[in-house]
Amino acid sequence: MREFFGRLKRGLTKTKQRFGTELQETLNQGVPLDDELFEEIETILISADCGVEVAEELSVKVRERCEREGVSKSTDVLERIKAEMVEFLVANRAAPVDNTTPPDVVLFVGVNGVGKTTSIGKIGSHYHEAGETVVFAAADTFRAAAGEQLEIWAERVGARIVRSTHGGDPAAVAFDAVKAAHSRGTQHVLIDTAGRLQSKSNLMAELSKIGRSVNKAIGDHGGHLRCLLVMDATTGQNGLLQAMEFTKAINVNGIVLTKLDGTAKGGIVLAIAHQLQIPVEWIGVGETAADLQSFEPAEFVQALFE
Amino acid sequence: MFSNLSDRLDGVFKTLRGHGKITEANVKDALKQVRRALLEADVNYKVVKSFLEDVQTESMGDKVLQSVTPGQQMIKIIYDKMVDLLGGQHRPVRFAKSPQPTIWMVVGLQGSGKTTTCGKLALHFKKAGRNPHMIAADLQRPAAIEQLKTLGQQVGVDVHTGTGNPVDVAINGVKTATDAGADLIILDTAGRLHIDDQLMGEVSSVKEKVEPTETIFVADALTGQDAVTSASSFAERVGIDGVIFTKIDGDARGGAALSVVKATGVPILFVGTGEKLDGLEPFHPDRMVSRILGMGDVVSLVEKAQENFDEENAAALEDKLRKAQFDFEDFYEQLQQLKKMGPLESVLGMIPGVGKQLKGMQVDERAQGRMEAMILSMTPYERRHPEVLNGSRRMRIAKGSGNTIQDVNRLLKQFQMMKKMIKQMSKGGMKGMPKMQFPF
Ligand SMILES: Nc1nc2c(ncn2[C@@H]2O[C@H](COP(=O)(O)OP(=O)(O)OP(=O)(O)O)[C@@H](O)[C@H]2O)c(=O)[nH]1
Ligand SMILES: Nc1nc2c(ncn2[C@@H]2O[C@H](COP(=O)(O)OP(=O)(O)OP(=O)(O)O)[C@@H](O)[C@H]2O)c(=O)[nH]1
Ligand SMILES: [Mg+2]
Ligand SMILES: [Mg+2]
Repeated sequence: MREFFGRLKRGLTKTKQRFGTELQETLNQGVPLDDELFEEIETILISADCGVEVAEELSVKVRERCEREGVSKSTDVLERIKAEMVEFLVANRAAPVDNTTPPDVVLFVGVNGVGKTTSIGKIGSHYHEAGETVVFAAADTFRAAAGEQLEIWAERVGARIVRSTHGGDPAAVAFDAVKAAHSRGTQHVLIDTAGRLQSKSNLMAELSKIGRSVNKAIGDHGGHLRCLLVMDATTGQNGLLQAMEFTKAINVNGIVLTKLDGTAKGGIVLAIAHQLQIPVEWIGVGETAADLQSFEPAEFVQALFE
Repeated sequence: MFSNLSDRLDGVFKTLRGHGKITEANVKDALKQVRRALLEADVNYKVVKSFLEDVQTESMGDKVLQSVTPGQQMIKIIYDKMVDLLGGQHRPVRFAKSPQPTIWMVVGLQGSGKTTTCGKLALHFKKAGRNPHMIAADLQRPAAIEQLKTLGQQVGVDVHTGTGNPVDVAINGVKTATDAGADLIILDTAGRLHIDDQLMGEVSSVKEKVEPTETIFVADALTGQDAVTSASSFAERVGIDGVIFTKIDGDARGGAALSVVKATGVPILFVGTGEKLDGLEPFHPDRMVSRILGMGDVVSLVEKAQENFDEENAAALEDKLRKAQFDFEDFYEQLQQLKKMGPLESVLGMIPGVGKQLKGMQVDERAQGRMEAMILSMTPYERRHPEVLNGSRRMRIAKGSGNTIQDVNRLLKQFQMMKKMIKQMSKGGMKGMPKMQFPF
């Protein structure tokens, strides 16, 4: 876990250099707490993809907090911003799902190219290292070599894999994987799905069908379904629509926020936490199995501003 | 959320009606709305800022201040500026002088759509009569080579692979492809972060060795504010000649397109419109701008309408609408007006929000002809009083126009829908556009 956190920090160093310092410079100048300052705070939040609405709301909240707490020095504002942001993420955090009946079945969904397959590899590796058994389900039967990609990850991290032919029925693959887990007593079933844009209703319907199929397998033999929406940290305001539409098709329990090792800030998760109460569970900070970190709001915000 | 710019500006200017002149303060308010709309469309905040400064200067001009439709005038200024920016340097993708083979090297962040785009380019230009080959120089992502091979099979083009390091694979690939008679070589590279020094160095040396005709940056339409940072890093560090913008088949506004072009000065060559290999289209700056502004092709529609609608006619129609007197005479008139504006489908596609509502209505040119025939088979009284169209009258109209009763029923339904929509439009968002009366 130590090592994970180190990686996160390294991943976020570049991020924080831009995000943090611009603001820090302003605040350190000892400027008055006026409209201009709060506009600047908003701009920084916007530049982190938090969205205008969230930026305005956060800025108002920080301002109220500063007034309430009698903050008069701009250098004291940063702490309040962090606190507000954390509160934003925590207050909107949904209760953890009851995860007692094995196997733990996790469906990975999201738009194209965000990092679903890679995240499955990483999370599978995480479980495997903890001594738990994992099976991957290659329910992306659409994209070229998607199955092969997951197969390589399965080999890498020591997971089993259930596959079908290219063009096969993804719901059937998911179903089979859950059944296989039952018969072998496997603890985790991680289901990879094809990337899909949320505006495509046929593909979203297919996703609902996969969910139903998994639930059927669970209904027959027990288990628990969770669904993680994988989102790329570079995602802009469309991320909110993604979360909304995926939630309509299937019950989304959490988010995996990938590619935080770049310069993108992933601020859209604030908007998502705010509007839809979907918490971030994991963050991806690179392309290898070890580049995964469980999401902690305080650390996330802290790392951004350090 | 995400309401379109037209609505927003109308909101600002609506409060002014009856208050006489528009002031500079009003323009400032309007600019705030513009800012918000652009930010929600993911245009980079710095780009937005410089944009607004330009727009502000122009909006203070008489044209906007004295206009009866200041909102529309402002949109036009913004629209034109954006199209200028995106289309200013519009140029087709480049080929090498034969007998040299053309080499396109595709670069970009992880997952942006590079490999898929290679396959699309191969298909597109194979169809155009070229002999494309592809090279799989991504040795990093699991099954990347397999992925390109599969796409190569689907398209029916050769894919050259190798092991070791990407520079060698690229060099050898170009050699074998050239020897095999390729006139177009498409080189896929691994996704990389713009801040990954080592990998940026690696792709730069591939470029140096291979000397591609075009280095194409593949960017994702879902990208937010960071697009500027990544695109400019690739431009500086590797050097890029063109951009392909993928995943525009979704509902992202795609403001990143503006950011990328503004930051790099490099033109967008194509857009990716789907996961399948035929999902590649030439880039149209005007469509992209309308998309960013969230308003269909509304501006071209305004222009077309202005070119084609007769003012007096429009004023009379508006009057009728207000009195809810829209009848089949008007409908017919509108059909004629529409015809002047071009293919019906493209006109419909330009109307914001309308495209969706009319899905499944299948209005095509022939249908338009049939509609006209049906209307002409009505008596003048029926045209002016559609409510009298009972079963036997409908039957007569069907027979007289060579259609079925279902066709006539459908026409009546469309007429009602249209009436309703026009009413909504003249009440709501479209109010700033007195010249736009849509029969659909
Ligand atoms: N830098 C970085 N790259 C990542 C991360 N997660 C995934 N990637 C890369 O992003 C690219 C796409 O990842 P995939 O796992 O194939 O994405 P996907 O969502 O499964 O894609 P589709 O199945 O095609 O929709 C690959 O090159 C990954 O190596 C991350 O956290 N950081
Ligand atoms: N909807 C849609 N999906 C696209 C488009 N272009 C690519 N994709 C999808 O985006 C995902 C990533 O595409 P790839 O071609 O693997 O991306 P890449 O840039 O090669 O990824 P890396 O090699 O891992 O960096 C796949 O699921 C593609 O099917 C597009 O225009 N529209
Ligand atoms: Mg995948
Ligand atoms: Mg690739």
